[in-house]
Amino acid sequence: MSLLTLKNLTKSFGGLMAVNDVSFDVEEGSIIGLIGPNGAGKTTVFNLITGNHRPDRGEIIFNGIHITGMLTHRIVSLGIGRTFQTIRLFQNLTALENVLAGRHARMKSGATGAMLRTPGQKREERDALASALRELSFVGLQEQANQLARNLSYGNQRLLEIARALATEPRLVILDEPASGMNEQETTLLIDLIRMIRDRKITILLIEHDMSLVMRACERIVVLEYGSKIAEGPPSAIKEDPKVIEAYLGTGD
Amino acid sequence: MNKKLYIYGAISVLLAVAPFFLNAYWVDVLNMIGIYAILALSLNLIVGHAGLFNLGHAAFYAVGAYTAAILNTKFGIPILWLLPASALAAGLFALIIARPIIHLRGDYLCIATIGAGEIVRIALINDIFGITGGPNGIFGIARPVVFDFVIRRPHEFYYFIWLFVAVTIFFFRRLENSRFGRALNYLREDEVAAEGSGINTTHYKLGCFVLGAAWAGMAGDIFAAKMTIIAPESFNFWESVVMFAIVILGGSGSIPGVLLGSFLFVGLPEMFRDFADARMMIFGLAMIIMMIFRTQGILPPTPRTYPVEITEKARVHG
Ligand SMILES: Nc1ncnc2c1ncn2[C@@H]1O[C@H](COP(=O)(O)OP(=O)(O)O)[C@@H](O)[C@H]1O
Ligand SMILES: [Mg+2]
Repeated sequence: MSLLTLKNLTKSFGGLMAVNDVSFDVEEGSIIGLIGPNGAGKTTVFNLITGNHRPDRGEIIFNGIHITGMLTHRIVSLGIGRTFQTIRLFQNLTALENVLAGRHARMKSGATGAMLRTPGQKREERDALASALRELSFVGLQEQANQLARNLSYGNQRLLEIARALATEPRLVILDEPASGMNEQETTLLIDLIRMIRDRKITILLIEHDMSLVMRACERIVVLEYGSKIAEGPPSAIKEDPKVIEAYLGTGD
Repeated sequence: MNKKLYIYGAISVLLAVAPFFLNAYWVDVLNMIGIYAILALSLNLIVGHAGLFNLGHAAFYAVGAYTAAILNTKFGIPILWLLPASALAAGLFALIIARPIIHLRGDYLCIATIGAGEIVRIALINDIFGITGGPNGIFGIARPVVFDFVIRRPHEFYYFIWLFVAVTIFFFRRLENSRFGRALNYLREDEVAAEGSGINTTHYKLGCFVLGAAWAGMAGDIFAAKMTIIAPESFNFWESVVMFAIVILGGSGSIPGVLLGSFLFVGLPEMFRDFADARMMIFGLAMIIMMIFRTQGILPPTPRTYPVEITEKARVHG
């Protein structure tokens, strides 16, 4: 079954066609890669999915629900978690609190509950803390729980963003260049982590520059160039596709 | 941690016995410090925690004070019973004001709040709806009564005001360490990331405005009860500036910082009264130096810590 469907998505910024009539499906339980040269419109596609931008035309259907034009936090609560290409952590808060942010959408208590510290609120806090710590352990950052996000290494900051996205209990996570800034060893661990996420029955859509990562981790690949989709298929086919070789691999990226 | 507890304990004891050693004048200074502490703590939710620059907080203080004053003088409702009414009126007013401007970016929002503050002050001066008494304000507000005991003298007010400060600290500490409090910090740190983590940022921006305003409204009720006469001049732009400066200089997002800021801002000028004009100059200079060398304020917040034993448990299960 298709978990996410993009239909004829189009978005321009001023005169620039950032995304041009892009359609593809993301099957539930798969790992899909979105690749293409710099400025091809990959991040913009992500921003359209998560409601950071509103498409000029086209539709986005997630889990049977039209999410086009919905507010981001609503989309998150429907089950899409994301990370950002340029790290966007809450730098002055601890790693644990960063992950707790992801728990927010799955919690209920408000200001009154907090001030009166009702039994329900206390239970909810305890549970949130426990699951946030579980997600931190999942990405291997349990030791850093009480460190400020800004004091983490670059690679660990990327992992922390993933933990925060996972804490929202997503059915789909979209990762924007998760390996950028990581060394080779970290990248290998990241591939394992991506597979572990998939083993949790979470579907993954990822943008990646590192071709070896994409080829190793993804089951299907969608290729963008100048905002348009130029190819789609399994890694083996994409590797051989002359259009892709010319547009992407040929540029020396 | 324990050392901190001793310090806070000692300060509490000191504050509890202070009226026995001070004359009425100084007790009254402490009373004003207490009222500013309540105001600055309420503003701290908006400015310190959510990072929304609000330079019109005096408007909410005014709405609370006038609500209490009008309902008390017109209908004879006891001033303490009007605390919820003041909170409600100020909170509702904040909702109406904030709704159309809340999406504005930092500096624009700041200007809009200044505008809101001025509108309120001018409306009060112009005797809006014929109930605010114009520039002279409202006279003859009744003293608060607790179980037949009339709170009248400065040291009686002292305990009333500082009890309210204590209650405020109690509730706001809990608020800081909750889903609500964290959400404010997330949106201060990075609004896009907060929204992307599933937080309804507009809801929380409005929420902290309404809650902060409601609390300032109650401070207004207390102020009206203490003064028995209120006028628009008590709610001018300078008041908003003082509240704002207390938060920033004391330490944005830090309850101890904001309390210390209230003491310094309201107390110090009183101590140097003899120096007349020079004191405000020195004060201004001190502010400038502070902001250059300690941008995070005198007592910035310490990161929240979470119980470690849960960490161990999670590690076993994880
Ligand atoms: N918010 C924006 N405003 C204007 N132009 C944008 C914006 N976001 C992206 N663009 C432009 O759209 C094009 C696609 O960008 P992007 O989606 O970030 O590419 P990619 O992620 O594939 O490198 C680029 O030319 C970029 O400059
Ligand atoms: Mg990009």
